[in-house]
Amino acid sequence: MPELTLTIQNKVGLHARPASLFVREAAKFQSNITVLHGEKQANAKSILNVLALGVNQGAQITLRAEGPDADAALHALQTLIESNFGEAE
Amino acid sequence: MRTIQGIAASPGIAIGPARVFAPEDLSFSVSTPADLPAEWQRMTAALQTARTQLQEIGQQAAAQLHPEEAAIFEAHVQMLEDPEWQAAMQTAILQESRNAESALMDTAERYAAQLEALDDAYFRARAADIRDVARRCLRILLGKPQPDVSLHQPSILVARDLTPSDTVLLDKSRLLGFCTAEGGPTSHTAILAKALGIPAVVGAGEAVLSIATNDLLILDAHHGVVVIAPDEETLQRFERAQHAERDRAAQERAHAAEPAVTRDGRQVEVVANVGSLDDARHAVEWGAEGIGLLRTEFLYLDRQTAPDEEEQYHAYKAIFDVMGQRPVVIRTLDVGGDKELPYIDLGKEENPFLGWRAIRMCLDTPEFFKTQLRAILRAALGHDIRIMFPMIATVKEVQQARALLEEAREELRQKGLAFGERIQVGIMVEIPSAALMADALAKVVDFFSIGTNDLTQYTLAVERTNKRVAHLSNALDPAVLRLIARVIEEGHRAGIWVGMCGEMAGDSRAIPLLLGLGLDEFSMAPALIPHAKALIRTCDLETCRQLAQTALTLPGYAEVEAFLAASSPVV
Repeated sequence: MPELTLTIQNKVGLHARPASLFVREAAKFQSNITVLHGEKQANAKSILNVLALGVNQGAQITLRAEGPDADAALHALQTLIESNFGEAE
Repeated sequence: MRTIQGIAASPGIAIGPARVFAPEDLSFSVSTPADLPAEWQRMTAALQTARTQLQEIGQQAAAQLHPEEAAIFEAHVQMLEDPEWQAAMQTAILQESRNAESALMDTAERYAAQLEALDDAYFRARAADIRDVARRCLRILLGKPQPDVSLHQPSILVARDLTPSDTVLLDKSRLLGFCTAEGGPTSHTAILAKALGIPAVVGAGEAVLSIATNDLLILDAHHGVVVIAPDEETLQRFERAQHAERDRAAQERAHAAEPAVTRDGRQVEVVANVGSLDDARHAVEWGAEGIGLLRTEFLYLDRQTAPDEEEQYHAYKAIFDVMGQRPVVIRTLDVGGDKELPYIDLGKEENPFLGWRAIRMCLDTPEFFKTQLRAILRAALGHDIRIMFPMIATVKEVQQARALLEEAREELRQKGLAFGERIQVGIMVEIPSAALMADALAKVVDFFSIGTNDLTQYTLAVERTNKRVAHLSNALDPAVLRLIARVIEEGHRAGIWVGMCGEMAGDSRAIPLLLGLGLDEFSMAPALIPHAKALIRTCDLETCRQLAQTALTLPGYAEVEAFLAASSPVV
């Protein structure tokens, strides 16, 4: 099962618009995608789950995907996170 | 005919039908439905209806150019579509044999509690969103209408209390006045009423909730009285009073643009408190001679990232352009404690009003602060701009703030950007230590502006928003008056001007007193300006001086109020 650990660099963390974009992106894939943050884990396609992780700027998260398009899903989410969700600095 | 006594929060008389925002009854029973698949179908149908509603409102908000509200409704749609939540509801109904209402509310409350447990205000605020979405679905399940905030005719709005989100969608052109069961003179309702120039009676208690929509009401917001179903004689009396008041207001408005000069020739400046470009336009219409307090928080709140220098520059310039050559006192960012910014970690505080806020936060984040200072300096080019630092407690803070202002100037010079050179620098006097050190502070600033709301709160150690002690908070308390007298005296001794931008400056009871203490500038909600100017024109300065000297010797605010009510400063 492919897995990836990333640091959230954008200013607000997985709040608001970034959280919303993240969930929308995840929903485009068939694979089950899990976000792990410390002790907690979340379904990447659930906005309530993702918000409840409470991911702030500088936090490390691990993404895990299982399914036919697992690699593509992780790649897409990585690209989104590394673009800082398109936030202007 | 019945009367209810409340608190006068915005003066005037309103007569008209009540429009009641009733407290909702969303109670439901917990049961085991016979047909579980049908129950789940009922649930999914309700979710679908809620989604359609939210999409429609979202589009409406976007069409009316309220992008922030549109984003809220979009976020609500995303919550409705949440697969985990849906699965939890499905399990509760199909596996645990629960009815839709209890499955919905229990699962929503679980998520809300999770979010509330997080150590971050943003996430905690999302708990309110999920509850909001759940209540919308619950109303659909119960066959109850979504709350309707439309006004079909000019009406007096009656409610328990109003939140900012309630008032966003209100048709303000049909609002005659506000009457609320809760809230005090500084509540959101009171502030909104003053800004709109309509009467409001707040804190009138549970009795208000017995009023029914279309009951005829009289709102006497001079005395804080609500009359329900008045008899003919009372109605006629108030109609006459209202006409007289309208005539007087029209008269005052006709002279609003003229200067405010006492009978014996002392001219004072009457200016406006402004928090947006719209406010600035209104201020000019109401006869403001300038802006005595430009709050800059509007640029910073309700967004995910800080506004950059360009955005701020354009926003300030737009307001300065509306004001032309009229002076504008612009206050640097005053947040912290109770107002939160997602992009700055303000932390949770035990005592937000005594905490890391306003100038304290700005001095600790110099790059963030200088961004605002550079934007103000650039926008000031060609205008009469005065920069005001809030929450100053010590001389050292003024020196630090001025040093950063100098750095901001230097940075603009190096970039070759033009900026306003002749700018006054002053402070808001709202902490007792600043009032006590006014002589020392007067040497390092060009002006003082007294913020009476916070000065009162800090002097009397009363949190304004705490209902149980709010009655102790009164700017007419002699302790506060003595501090005000001291600030004006020390300011004048050092040759600088002294203004006031708190609620008190627009309070017609206090104006003669403040004239007597020597106040140079009165800054208030724009709608209060015509009356304040008319009042000042009837005053005699020498009489006001005597009035002020007596008031300072009285033991408490009750005696000051009684004394002012009994005295006439008019010759």
